[in-house]
Amino acid sequence: MSESVSIKLTTKDFKSDQEVRWCPGCGDYAILAAVQSFMPELGIPRERIVFISGIGCSSRFPYYMNTYGMHSIHGRAPAIATGLSVSRPDLSVWVVTGDGDALSIGGNHLIHALRRNVNLKILLFNNKIYGLTKGQYSPTSEVGKITKSTPVGSTDSPFNPISLALGAEASFVARTIDSDRKHLQSVLRAASQHQGSAFIEIYQNCNIFNDGAFDVLKEPATRDDFLIRLEHGKPITFGADGEWCVVHPPGGFGLSVERTAETDQAHVLVHDATVADPAYAFALSRLPDLDLRHTPIGLFRSVDRPAYDNLVREQVTAAQSKLTRGLDEEFAALLGSGDTWTIL
Amino acid sequence: MTKQVRQLDRVVIRFAGDSGDGMQLTGDRFTSETAQLGNDISTLPNFPAEIRAPAGTLPGVSSFQVHFADFDILTPGDAPNVLVAMNPAALKANLRDLPGGADIIVNTDEFTTRNLTKVGYTANPLEDGSLDGYAVHPVGLTSMTVRALADLDVSKKDAERAKNMFALGLLSWMYSRPYESTITFLERKFAARPELVAANIAAFKAGWNFGETTEDFAVRYEVKPAKMSPGNYRNVTGNTALALGVVAARVRSGRPVVLGAYPITPASDILHELSKHKRFDVTTVQAEDEIAAIGVALGASYGGALGVTSTSGPGVALKGETISLAVALELPLIIIDVQRAGPSTGMPTKTEQADLNMALFGRHGEAPVAVIAPKSPSDCFYAVLDAARIALTYRTPVILLSDGYIANGSEPWLLPEIADLPDLSVEFATEPNGPAGEFLPYLRDPKTLARPWAIPGTPGLEHRIGGLEKADKTGDISYDPANHDLMVRTRAARIEAIEVPDIEVEDPDGDARVLVLGWGSTYGPIGAACRALRQRGCAIAQAHLRHLSPMPRNLGEVLKRYDKVVIPEMNLGQLAHVIRARHLIDVIGYNQVRGLPFTAAELETMLEEVVKNV
Repeated sequence: MSESVSIKLTTKDFKSDQEVRWCPGCGDYAILAAVQSFMPELGIPRERIVFISGIGCSSRFPYYMNTYGMHSIHGRAPAIATGLSVSRPDLSVWVVTGDGDALSIGGNHLIHALRRNVNLKILLFNNKIYGLTKGQYSPTSEVGKITKSTPVGSTDSPFNPISLALGAEASFVARTIDSDRKHLQSVLRAASQHQGSAFIEIYQNCNIFNDGAFDVLKEPATRDDFLIRLEHGKPITFGADGEWCVVHPPGGFGLSVERTAETDQAHVLVHDATVADPAYAFALSRLPDLDLRHTPIGLFRSVDRPAYDNLVREQVTAAQSKLTRGLDEEFAALLGSGDTWTIL
Repeated sequence: MTKQVRQLDRVVIRFAGDSGDGMQLTGDRFTSETAQLGNDISTLPNFPAEIRAPAGTLPGVSSFQVHFADFDILTPGDAPNVLVAMNPAALKANLRDLPGGADIIVNTDEFTTRNLTKVGYTANPLEDGSLDGYAVHPVGLTSMTVRALADLDVSKKDAERAKNMFALGLLSWMYSRPYESTITFLERKFAARPELVAANIAAFKAGWNFGETTEDFAVRYEVKPAKMSPGNYRNVTGNTALALGVVAARVRSGRPVVLGAYPITPASDILHELSKHKRFDVTTVQAEDEIAAIGVALGASYGGALGVTSTSGPGVALKGETISLAVALELPLIIIDVQRAGPSTGMPTKTEQADLNMALFGRHGEAPVAVIAPKSPSDCFYAVLDAARIALTYRTPVILLSDGYIANGSEPWLLPEIADLPDLSVEFATEPNGPAGEFLPYLRDPKTLARPWAIPGTPGLEHRIGGLEKADKTGDISYDPANHDLMVRTRAARIEAIEVPDIEVEDPDGDARVLVLGWGSTYGPIGAACRALRQRGCAIAQAHLRHLSPMPRNLGEVLKRYDKVVIPEMNLGQLAHVIRARHLIDVIGYNQVRGLPFTAAELETMLEEVVKNV
């Protein structure tokens, strides 16, 4: 993770010269704009920022950022980013991925990056559909989804990306929405200050193949009753007038939603993202119904845990610090270690 | 009793026992003692994939063959002169390889009815006359070891386990080996348990003294030191040499190394060895899978390190897409493939050379890479350095094809002077290179066709790369038909532009009409066969390919000089196929895929037929 230096950059500095080629109306535009205008806040020079992506619509992202970037192969971005991060602690490394890229073909790399807690900011654009291949169901599509590859409905149970990340014991887990720039940037801000892996699920609208998938979270008529905004240290209440609250019913493992007016204030859950046991954040991640009612956004979990790449570097640095001679001499000694003999 | 001492020029000994009997260790120690003496050596371990197969069974037999001589040798030997058989299974599994008259030292304690039945012996071969053609030495290895350790404070089990040291002591006496290094080794190995140091040393000495006193061993042998170039030597396996070569590449290039690897037989030892060398700024990442392993290596190369991944054939199959990405990104990357018998899981501990096609062609699209193959255990060191030179200079993935034979086999290695190793230093791009002050990530060096290596962290050179086809020079995404054609041809030309040394031909009398062409680990057996033929007045030329892609520029001209070209391979003719296609020569293939290296004798017979019929 990079230390900040005093530099003045603007949103424009982060726009590359490449023409952005997502479909008009795609949620990716809003995310790109939010990220580009957030970047100057990092205080990190552009050359020390790297965006690495996999394959999919979202993975075109690096081409549009005027930083270093790599558009790699399907699902492998977390692995490639791990190699970069482990060897270059001076860089700020960001991974951009989608629901198919991160959760289907690259599921293994995602969970292992998270369990290791590599210094990566992972932005998962979840549109619950395969867009680039023109509309097949994805690992986050709901059961029964009618798509090109499931004409009579999908029979796959979807992943809940937040639950999955928490199952891998990710140290930073958050969710935000493409259209809410202020919220999105607040999550990016928190992620940028986190040591280790920061996993951010961004609900993103694919207006061509899955239009309106998240409308209930955006429309004024529904959003207040559907969306739960998590704020650290505050009671979890929602609704236009805070008429709903989240409680932990005695004897149960999960959480439930109750009417605030009928609940003892002392029983309303106060959000604490720093709870060490991932079970709490996991319970939060299970709140939404199939129709997205009771979807929490914000920071589910943010705990301190040693970052893999830091630990690896520490081992290397510790070994290097014990060197008492030059590398050539050390290597000559290594070659000559063990049983050797001399022919005169 | 003074015993007769007989001089020999070469001996092949095979230690064979249960996989839990410590035969690999015994063989290693005997090899080390032999190296101290200055003999030339070549070794061949042969073990099952199962860590502990059921005791006393044929699949559980593990063996270690060592060939040592007073002259320069090329192979671990075709047939053992001496077999040490720790149980009936070891005898049965190895007997067919023994020439008549060979010495067989058997551990009679294990020749019980139960153990004999287990491997299908209906009568005891030590008693039924079936071994009459051999010099059998029945020795109660286990019981004598236990008796020798009776006064020591060790359990019966630990005492029995020391029987391999009794056998080592006996063989060390028989062949007049210096044993100081073994004593030191035992003291180090069991430092935490002094009682085991004492037990193993006592067992070793009991074996030595048994040889000296028993009348069964009337002759003691000596093999004089070989004439070898002056200098410091060590014994080295191919896998260790590969790992040391990677460290050498780090030292000589100044670039840190990141190894991404996933455990796989027979390549895991490279990961084990490199994980010990962090002080050289060598980082090892044991990744979640083969794909992640190469991803880690490629990500590190993107950041300016030398990325390396080590694996075997199944792993290379999984890495194919990432190798293809590295071809498009034009970044340095070394992929080490320690080949094993396939397809699928195949025979993980057995050798084969059947990944050549995969290395050359096993990717989607036109995705040429450099391919290089070491010819012997110690040559693995230099092959990695050469792979690093190519990867760093030409910004390309390089596949290095070792195999199980040289990976686990060993030979003496004249240690190089560090300063004599090639300088692999590289320069990163630091300034814009375009006519208008812009940075063109795909503007090429006119000679090497390599693009600039502009690593993150370099101000002013921010750029994006990826797997989508790139426009010439700018590296922007391009679907232009003419540009794609140009880029495909340029990537191919870049590999062809790699400088590789001309192939050399060994044809001492210069009158051979038959050329035998090999690649990789077959160098030893082919060379030994050619020597034997020449000693009998049969002219034959030998050439060996280290560079499989690109191939040496003089290869076509060399091939055309001979009436017949023979290509022995441990596959069904993969190099032969390429040579036929590229040079329109009807080469003669000689192919065996038994999971074992060729014997010099079989190649000699085959080549003699060819020479006779030219």
